[in-house]
Amino acid sequence: MMDIIGYGAFFLTTALIFSFITLGLNLQWGLTGLFNVGLAGFVAIGAYTSALLTTPDTAGRFGGFDLPILIGWLGAMIVAGVAAAIIGVATLRLKSDYLAITTFGVAVVVQLVALNAQKLTGGPFGIGFIPRPFSSLAETPLLFNFANLGVVVAVLLVAYFALEHLAHSPWGRVLKALREDERAAVSLGKSARFYRVQAFAVMGLAGAIQAHFIGFIAPDNYLPILTFQVWVMLIVGGSGSNKGAIIGSIVVWAIWAGSGALTSALFSPEQQARAASLQIVAIGVMLCIILLVRPGGILGDMPRRRPAARRSSPATDEASSS
Amino acid sequence: MNLQFIVDGLLTGSMIGLGAIGVTLTYSILRFSNFAHGDFMAWGTYATLAVVSAIGAIFGKVAPIGPLSFGWPLIVAVIVAMGFTGVLALALDKVLFARLRAKGQSIIVVMASFGASMALRSLLEFLFTSRPTYFSRAIQIAMPVGFGIRITPDQIALLIVTALLVFGVHMLMTRTQTGRSMQALSQNPALARVVGIDVTKVVRITWLIGGGLACVAGVMIGILVQIRPLMGFDMLLPMFAAAILGGIGSVPGAVLGGLIIGLAEAGAVQLIGAEWRAAISFIILMAVLFVRPIGLFGVRER
Repeated sequence: MMDIIGYGAFFLTTALIFSFITLGLNLQWGLTGLFNVGLAGFVAIGAYTSALLTTPDTAGRFGGFDLPILIGWLGAMIVAGVAAAIIGVATLRLKSDYLAITTFGVAVVVQLVALNAQKLTGGPFGIGFIPRPFSSLAETPLLFNFANLGVVVAVLLVAYFALEHLAHSPWGRVLKALREDERAAVSLGKSARFYRVQAFAVMGLAGAIQAHFIGFIAPDNYLPILTFQVWVMLIVGGSGSNKGAIIGSIVVWAIWAGSGALTSALFSPEQQARAASLQIVAIGVMLCIILLVRPGGILGDMPRRRPAARRSSPATDEASSS
Repeated sequence: MNLQFIVDGLLTGSMIGLGAIGVTLTYSILRFSNFAHGDFMAWGTYATLAVVSAIGAIFGKVAPIGPLSFGWPLIVAVIVAMGFTGVLALALDKVLFARLRAKGQSIIVVMASFGASMALRSLLEFLFTSRPTYFSRAIQIAMPVGFGIRITPDQIALLIVTALLVFGVHMLMTRTQTGRSMQALSQNPALARVVGIDVTKVVRITWLIGGGLACVAGVMIGILVQIRPLMGFDMLLPMFAAAILGGIGSVPGAVLGGLIIGLAEAGAVQLIGAEWRAAISFIILMAVLFVRPIGLFGVRER
């Protein structure tokens, strides 16, 4: 019984940590309409930055400044934001596809750096001993799990209310205005680029928070599959809704973990790698079906630029390039 | 510096260029960047492999042609698989992309292509496992051709095939009615429709060409390197970079972009080391976006 409760707390913690990233993506996609295909890259930038700032000094690797966790989180936001700003200058004046392609490239390059720049990132073995809150409780797993869950819930609540507040603040209204009609917003003197870059910084923060709860990061944590999972979480929950982002994260993580447990129970060990790929197929098909059938997700508000099905010709309209 | 990088670069560039033609056509005619294009490559390659094994099962072992590592079964298989990949692309369009396109939000189509790419690739992993395989395990002796350059018969054959295909597509685009319709639709969709161009047909041909060329590019990778489910996804960034460098919508541009990126990659492998290879296309992509976002042969969007 205790095991199940302990697992429940662990499961919920993992899912809620995902919901940080989903909230960041929601700020980006749901509010500003930026399509980020490389969010795993930005999450990784945040995670590595924070890890370098807060871990104790290590021989043979750059960094290890032993700073407080909060400084690490701040650094994560700044570095992710700067990376986004550079990309933003190049792509935000172009069609949204260019941003998608470039962010995809960022994820590839971050993955390369994480793997190859051993002096900076620890290479394929990653960085361990990242300070975790409540590490003194690790002796009693149940208590440790609940303490972690408590912290995640607390930080998540803060983030949630902050984002909800932001969405209704002048700042959030600018972001929404940019999504609905960029030209009008810019004509009112709002700098589209500056606001859009800010949304990337939240992604870095999400990565840092995740790193500090797992206590260990490696390049394998930031493969394209992460980008994909988080997108599915957001689309299932409904883009534009913060509540939806959190619920979507829990639902999709439950499906993911559940189907993972199912495949390991049903298939022999040598077949499990194959079965795991079937899991991804299922989630990919699910994403496509949701996009086709219910693009608003479960809880989405999705007031997109123009009403659906205005024309039905097979090739798209030139209006989308305006 | 060893001049061998020219041959390696031209070969990599051919693979990227053939793939980039599909990317650039999809982008300019259907107006979305197709993240599933790399996976068409992988599917085409595995389809070729399946047909080769089927032929092998029926006719027994076939001797390779002259000094090449493959015989007629591979050539037959590639032609069958090109058709298969084109139909696969068409089917995906019918089930998914066309319906989303009709709703008029191009970015949702991009997202769907991202989801489809994950599903296609993982399905390959399920069917064939992620273990690399090969068309032939025979080792070819590279012939020296002077200036310290060595080249294998397979490499010469594949360079010739690429040149023929690119020439063929270029002729199709510029000399036939179909090709002119495709160009018209990419330059001004509204006007193209007004003059009565059959949009459905153009869309169909775009997918068939894109899928077929992706299949050939994949098989080239399969012959020269190895066959893996991830092989196409790894080519995605170089292909996008080549299409943008050449200018969206331009077939010669996509090929030239591919060759430039291929040569740059091969040069970088010699100078900085193979592990940074994948970063080259990103650097080129960023440079193009900063300096000349419409690319070498691009036209400004209307």
